[in-house]
Amino acid sequence: MTLTTITAKPAPEETQTCWSCGAMRASHFCEACGKVQPPAPVDYFTFFGLPRKLNIDVVALDKDFYELSRKLHPDLNARAGSQEQGWSLQQSSRLNDAHRVLKDPIKRTEYLLKLEGVELEEQSKSATEKARATGQLKEQVVPPDLLEEVFELNVQLEELRMNKKMGEDDPALVEEIGRQKLELEQKHEALLEELKGYWKQWDALIDREQSGQSVSQDERKQVRDKMVGLLNRRNYIRNLVRDVSEALEG
Amino acid sequence: MASERIVGIDLGTTNSLVADMQGENPVVIPGEDGSNLVPSVVALDQNNQPVVGNSARNFLIETPERAVYSIKRLMGRGVEDIQEELKLFPFRLADDLQPGEVLRIKLGDKTFTPPEISALILRQLKRNAERYFGAPVTKAVITVPAYFNDAQRQATKDAGRIAGLEVLRLVNEPTAASLAYGLDKKRNGIVAVYDLGGGTFDISILRLHDGIFEVIATNGDTHLGGDDIDNLLITIALDDIQGDLGLNVRRNAEVVQAIRKAVIDAKIALSSQPSTELDIELPQGKRYQREITRKQFEQLIQPIIDRTVGPVKQALKDAGLKPEQIDEVVLVGGSTRIPKVRALVKDLFRRDPHTDLNPDEVVALGAAVQANILGGGSVATENMLLLDVTPLSLGIEVAGGVTDKIILRNSTIPASATQFYTTQVDGQANVAIHVLQGERELAKDCRSLARFDLRGIPPMAAGMPRIEVKFLIDANGILHVSAREQRSGKEAEIQVQPSYGLTDEQVESMILDSFDSAEEDFRQRQIIEARNEAATILAALEKGKKTPAWGKLTTDEKKKIAKLESALNAVTNEDDYRAIRNAIEALNQATTHLAELMMDSAVSTVLKGKTMDEADMGEGPAAPHPVAKAEFE
Repeated sequence: MTLTTITAKPAPEETQTCWSCGAMRASHFCEACGKVQPPAPVDYFTFFGLPRKLNIDVVALDKDFYELSRKLHPDLNARAGSQEQGWSLQQSSRLNDAHRVLKDPIKRTEYLLKLEGVELEEQSKSATEKARATGQLKEQVVPPDLLEEVFELNVQLEELRMNKKMGEDDPALVEEIGRQKLELEQKHEALLEELKGYWKQWDALIDREQSGQSVSQDERKQVRDKMVGLLNRRNYIRNLVRDVSEALEG
Repeated sequence: MASERIVGIDLGTTNSLVADMQGENPVVIPGEDGSNLVPSVVALDQNNQPVVGNSARNFLIETPERAVYSIKRLMGRGVEDIQEELKLFPFRLADDLQPGEVLRIKLGDKTFTPPEISALILRQLKRNAERYFGAPVTKAVITVPAYFNDAQRQATKDAGRIAGLEVLRLVNEPTAASLAYGLDKKRNGIVAVYDLGGGTFDISILRLHDGIFEVIATNGDTHLGGDDIDNLLITIALDDIQGDLGLNVRRNAEVVQAIRKAVIDAKIALSSQPSTELDIELPQGKRYQREITRKQFEQLIQPIIDRTVGPVKQALKDAGLKPEQIDEVVLVGGSTRIPKVRALVKDLFRRDPHTDLNPDEVVALGAAVQANILGGGSVATENMLLLDVTPLSLGIEVAGGVTDKIILRNSTIPASATQFYTTQVDGQANVAIHVLQGERELAKDCRSLARFDLRGIPPMAAGMPRIEVKFLIDANGILHVSAREQRSGKEAEIQVQPSYGLTDEQVESMILDSFDSAEEDFRQRQIIEARNEAATILAALEKGKKTPAWGKLTTDEKKKIAKLESALNAVTNEDDYRAIRNAIEALNQATTHLAELMMDSAVSTVLKGKTMDEADMGEGPAAPHPVAKAEFE
């Protein structure tokens, strides 16, 4: 590991658009001579020349990723000057980071919400793990429609843990918990489909904006809030499934 | 010279190799003894001069306290990490070792850090390459196990620097192997590389498409390999010897090494025959004799080779693939010669693995391919690009001793993550950061990479400073950290305490010693070899003058030869090997006609186009370079 200190203040992340046609642009290397350019402080969407829309053609994204890798990767700039090599390292790490986030539907949605200024409320992964590590109960808001189900499941999990402690076996209980786990997993899957519905709503707003129509802050907030709510539910279910798996295996 | 040569090096636990791209194909460069493999054994001779490779192996048996093997197991590790190793390997740690200090190993009465010992191996490979090319070699690609952590990678890079090599890239061994296999760019599909070597195990799953070698997932165990099989067999033999013969030879290093050699021979024999005999001479005129069948051997090693199953399954899971979706399986590493290992791999992937490249050489060959790509590429490597991943998640310790993962394992590298830190009390000037690597949830279970303090934070109310810390894993898999305070734009001073590893200053001081002498050694060798060659050609010329062929030359030709002959005589006593070589070359050119005339009278047509020293056939010392004429700058 090596360490360096940078003193300059970074420019804020901003979207770069063409002064003439308003299209997004991404210029990481010179079209004429192929040289890697200093990285511009742009968001991941802009890096790939994409608008901030959530329905992404992942096949096209992968293709762009490989094409850009062939220009920006440090291996292909190993003979350049040290400054250029530095840019190549920064540009290619940015490329990899952007590709990793954008190709994943959940990470992509979370990233967009962050760009939109939303601090995801759901307890962060670290907070969850901290709670697990210290044995403290983490504070969770149970999604209202799951309240009853979760309550019952918790009673059963407690029973299962007691059984295991006493060395007793209750196949019917294990089967019942297994069935509920499967149901939760299906719910988890279905939420992704539901999320894609909100993507459409969001992308429609962006399209309207780009065609010159006005979109109110309220309209944006409505769609954002729906996505935030859904992601919180999804995370909650994911954690629940993990707890159930552990109880069944442990 | 057109562009500087970059060699590919496989710095292995058991054997090390150096390779170079020659035309379309990578080729392993042999040592002076003609062997492609340099055993990774280092010893100190009676004059405290380091000896490496085959010649060092004898020391293992005769003066084991002056020799060391499997040093790769200690790279980038602290004394508390290696307690298991110390039980099984005859590593002799320095007596005055302080906790947290980089390990030092005793050879005779001198001590060396693991990177210094590895550097001696690298220097041997560098010399082999220099001898082969007849030119200095200063740049290299070195392979490391894919599952090596940051500290182990940094230690390998340090070893390169100490050996006088600029390490242009560290490449993961299984990935390198896939490069050697995939030179044929038409190959597309999913490839799994199962690499079980002397001391490490790696599994990597790659997607090959249009020349891009994209690693999807990697996993492994940096302390699992042929060594573990050897140690198991040694333990059994020692127990037998005590039980049957009432002899405790555990503290007798010479006998233990003799047993080690015998069990390794037996292990190798059992890959090709159904049974073999152990026969070891012991003190007090006793002998240990025992037959081992392959079946017994396979039962014994089953628990060891089964340890590769977990990582394979995890890698498949991380890649989101089922075994039947793997198109090809490639075997790498000497331990994959064991039939039982091959059977296990076949079982895991439900297909026959590829074994068409030598599993001992394929990693070095791939390193040479990567070296070629870094050097600007060639027709053979055109369009080839390697996209590798980080094998372990990178994390930061947060409240409660928990690891907060900021770059997940199997992320394509280079990769980065930015974290923001602030203060908890008014006017707080320092923030402590603990960087970790590993998959476990608790910081204490992960590998500590470094602790550092952000200092000199301008006095502000609690929570006001916004310190941006950027973590960047480069294409070598090595972490870089940079920090800045955003509100004031002021520099946040960083003090870093790497958990393991040498400081820059330490590496620097080690380089100067060995680098200077390596350069000098190289120069001296070149001078001696050039003088020998000069003597050969001058002697051949004297002989040629007495043949009828001499009379057939024109006066001009004779004059020119005489002039160049005295020029060569003049420079042979100087210390400039390049001048000697140039003079030899000039004289060789001028005497080509004479050589042809001599040949014509002797064997007529067959040997046409030969030069003077070759026409001589027999007298004088042999030409020192086994290959084509050397190029010089």
